[in-house]
Amino acid sequence: MWDAISNGKRLDGRNLDELRTLNIELGIIKKANGSARVSLGNSEVVAGVKVETGEPFEGLENKGALIVSAEVLPTASPFIEPGPPDEETVELARVVDRGVRESEMIDLDKLALIPGEIVYTIFVDCSITNADGNLFDCTSYAVVSALMSCKLPVFEIQDNKVIDTGAIKSTPITTIPVSITAARIRDSIILDPTAEEEACMDARITITTNSDNNFTAVQKGATGTFTSEQIKNLLDTARVKGEEVRSKIKETTRIG
Amino acid sequence: MTQTRNLIDARGLRTDGRTPDELREIKIQIGVVKNADGSAFIEFGNNKIIVAVYGPREVHPKHMALPDRCVLRCRYHMSPFSTDTRKNPAPSRREVEISKVMRESLEPALMLEDYPRAAIDVFVEVLQADGGSRCAGITAASVALADAGINMRDIVTACAAGKVDERIVLDINDTEDKEGGADMPVAYMPHLNQITLLQLDGILSSDQFKECLDKALNGCKLIYEIQRSALMKKYFGSESEEIRDEQ
Repeated sequence: MWDAISNGKRLDGRNLDELRTLNIELGIIKKANGSARVSLGNSEVVAGVKVETGEPFEGLENKGALIVSAEVLPTASPFIEPGPPDEETVELARVVDRGVRESEMIDLDKLALIPGEIVYTIFVDCSITNADGNLFDCTSYAVVSALMSCKLPVFEIQDNKVIDTGAIKSTPITTIPVSITAARIRDSIILDPTAEEEACMDARITITTNSDNNFTAVQKGATGTFTSEQIKNLLDTARVKGEEVRSKIKETTRIG
Repeated sequence: MTQTRNLIDARGLRTDGRTPDELREIKIQIGVVKNADGSAFIEFGNNKIIVAVYGPREVHPKHMALPDRCVLRCRYHMSPFSTDTRKNPAPSRREVEISKVMRESLEPALMLEDYPRAAIDVFVEVLQADGGSRCAGITAASVALADAGINMRDIVTACAAGKVDERIVLDINDTEDKEGGADMPVAYMPHLNQITLLQLDGILSSDQFKECLDKALNGCKLIYEIQRSALMKKYFGSESEEIRDEQ
């Protein structure tokens, strides 16, 4: 693998900066308010959105609540066993959550019913059904696609009770965050690593951009290091590649 | 996060009276936990964090041991009384994530291959939390690892920079973290010139990103001097090499 990468090629024939094929299917779970099945090469994630009402978060009384979680199912790889989430899964869920939250993708100010008491609570739960590397990006695309296609039930307050009117409305989306993950293997930087490539990477970095091409979240991972130049060079890559993925998500969700 | 009030006043000073390029007051004490192989106590603004290092020692459970190198384990934990409202003592998802990124930010500096089949445990306990506790924790942990006599390639030093009122400022505090625009914690090995941790919450343009990263790295270099003088004081009785040479 080192030989191939130092010659600018990868074991699956991709160029160093080439992403795997991205497939997005929407509305696959009828019982969810929004859902998506996203595959990036062999990695596959199902994301479902459930909308309920509940108490707001402390300190954010006038905003709706958004909760993103992720679980790597035991189906996903022979190395995963059922049980409480390990560090990697917790990091995955938190990084994906941060990408959506910090970009302010959803206008949560519009989702308070009685400010300070009852607000919309949006749960986005992700099940990783097959794990073949770069779960960060695959999961984050699934969350974004599911939210883009999500229809909110219209709740009303009558006599201090929440009534589901049965009507639906679209989710207030302000921007589309897209993450791009790069791995450093020796002196080469590759995008969208497979599980095989992740097994021999030195360091990983995930950079999230929003529709205005600003940066909204970053997470470095694995035990290797980057230089400040490597990171600065990756910023432009994350924008260009992020824009490609963003147009694909936009195109798919418009039809769906 | 939407901002509701100005965090930088007309004179260009921040909520705690600092200039945009000023660090909070930092004090590091070494050898504060007697039972530990290495330890450090750091006061970083209002953060009070104690770090104890145990090891290299035998690995339990034994199947975790690696034949060619040492296992590094890291636990970041906040005391229930460390925050404004009581924190549930059970480890939260945030703490699990911070433990992981902390381990990954320290590991590149350690010569783990020198201690095969052993484990090094780093316990980071936040007694009082202010903004930037992960950076303060990493800074103290690498001093504690040096105090434990672990072979190291470099010291890891950590500092955050962020965006407040559309300006890039060094070392953001609790208020600025909660009300400000962006927070970027960075850990760095000053001699090897390598970044070992980089995270970002909040929105930055490309130029702001670069400015923020450079500012955080400068902060790291300042903090490195404090780590160094703390170690010099403990092991050579004086804070600089020059005085030691004269003696």
